[in-house]
Amino acid sequence: MTWENINWDEIWQATQDTLTMMVFSMIFTVILGLALGVLLYLTSSRQLLYMPALYSVLSFVVNILRSVPFIILMIAVMPFTEAIVNTTIGVKGAIPPLVIGAAPFFARLVETALREVDKGVIEAAQAMGASKWDIVRRVLLRESRPGLLAAVTVTAVTLVSYTAMMGTIGAGGLGDLAIRYGYMRFQTDIMIVTVVILIVLVQLLQVLGDRLVRRISRR
Amino acid sequence: MELIGGVVPGGINLIHLQDVTKTYRSAGGGEVDAIRDITLDVRKGEIFGIIGHSGAGKSTLIRCMNLLERPTRGTVKVGEVLLTDLGERGLQRERRKIGMIFQHFNLLSSVTVRDNIAFPLKLAGQKKPAIARRVDELLTLVGLQAHGDKFPSQLSGGQKQRVGIARALAANPEVLLCDEATSALDPQTTNSILSLLMDINEKLGLTIVLITHEMGVIRSICDRVAVMDAGTIVEFGNVLDVFLKPSHPVTRQFVDEMSDLSDGAPLRTRDNSRLIRLHFVGEETYQPVLFEALKGSPVQCAILQGTVSRMKHTPYGQLLVELSGGGPGEADAVIESLRASGLDVEVLPE
Repeated sequence: MTWENINWDEIWQATQDTLTMMVFSMIFTVILGLALGVLLYLTSSRQLLYMPALYSVLSFVVNILRSVPFIILMIAVMPFTEAIVNTTIGVKGAIPPLVIGAAPFFARLVETALREVDKGVIEAAQAMGASKWDIVRRVLLRESRPGLLAAVTVTAVTLVSYTAMMGTIGAGGLGDLAIRYGYMRFQTDIMIVTVVILIVLVQLLQVLGDRLVRRISRR
Repeated sequence: MELIGGVVPGGINLIHLQDVTKTYRSAGGGEVDAIRDITLDVRKGEIFGIIGHSGAGKSTLIRCMNLLERPTRGTVKVGEVLLTDLGERGLQRERRKIGMIFQHFNLLSSVTVRDNIAFPLKLAGQKKPAIARRVDELLTLVGLQAHGDKFPSQLSGGQKQRVGIARALAANPEVLLCDEATSALDPQTTNSILSLLMDINEKLGLTIVLITHEMGVIRSICDRVAVMDAGTIVEFGNVLDVFLKPSHPVTRQFVDEMSDLSDGAPLRTRDNSRLIRLHFVGEETYQPVLFEALKGSPVQCAILQGTVSRMKHTPYGQLLVELSGGGPGEADAVIESLRASGLDVEVLPE
């Protein structure tokens, strides 16, 4: 096998595109998913804002979004993508589908992380006169930090594979490169390089995430 | 229901529960009263104990005092404020005046000891320098000056409870509610926490309400006690009165767990003897009353069992004595003379 097809400028550009998609979609995923996860937690049974109707609706929507395979979801939301960013291609057009795909996933992870918070600590905060907002901010989000960070790591890794899929509908990035050259033109060398870069990216994210979790865990 | 305890001259009531009932819906759809029609007063400055077996409702009762559990019926008043009339905001404000500590400490695991203690002060919106000063004071009060920057996971159980106490006291509450505060601690640590609580009660004049299933806790620091069984208060009064003469079977059980005094029947050694149990309270515990009563009498005595101990600051003792010898009526005369000297004499059945 030869490595003659490799254009490092193109690979570098694709890597940058992937990273840009990752960073922006991660930011929006964390913001939306955190809010949604907290709401899921608070409205579930025996919690501070117990609202069975709202919980059912939220939970239903999250389940629907999570049950559609991402490769279908990213196409199905195209009209919505067009409506909010005026394009469905490029890095910009990739962000809405990525967020719609990852936020519900992240929200469930957040919900699970919050459930791990000791109920006694919440009770103690209530006894000290903390409001519900105080409890969310000063107890729930603080006590669940290791779990939340682990959730961010898992979601980031998932987003790497989602960005690759987005490559098939014109988002650019490493996935696009692998499919266009590696798959359509049988240029195996490009395929190998992109796969290696993706693996390195995932490894880096996981190691970084695990380190941070260990650093802030105090149990 | 009548007012148990009542308003005693000199005692200002700080907490007043009136006909408080808490009903839970059970899994099967039925309803269960965790506590039923409880009326009681806690006086300012006292240490008030609630004892009961698990499931007796004491945990629900103490949570009704700061409305962590909202009573199904009845009213709760702390100070001049009727908590059961307050909305969420008002309740949050009042709760800052009611400290609480827990069996499992319930500290924030993700922040340091200092930040745990600062928690209620931050809630109250105090400024940083003021918070730092107050936290230093509290660390000194509970003897944890050297541990301020540690995390709870680095502390022992007793130290964690000290942090809990410091946190509960941070906002200068009028009352401290203790939910099985020593139940997760070993006996030695329990004693150090209890003496800290007694210290705080005496130094700061803080009113303390505690629930426990350990008689030893009630005996060592409480002034008054309520005994709970099946959601109601079955016995109530000064610790000495309740535990020297328990009238309810549950109370007797708790007292028996602590002392090893039996009913005496198997101990009788001689025929035609009388068994009596003497109760001493206060200074008379140290007086030679038995010697005085027997002086010049042909009656002989044998001490079968005995104990001398303390309840909080009051010494008390119990002796199981067998009287034998002497003519008819002479044992009676000894008993009379013991009674005349102010002693409580219980004549056990033949």
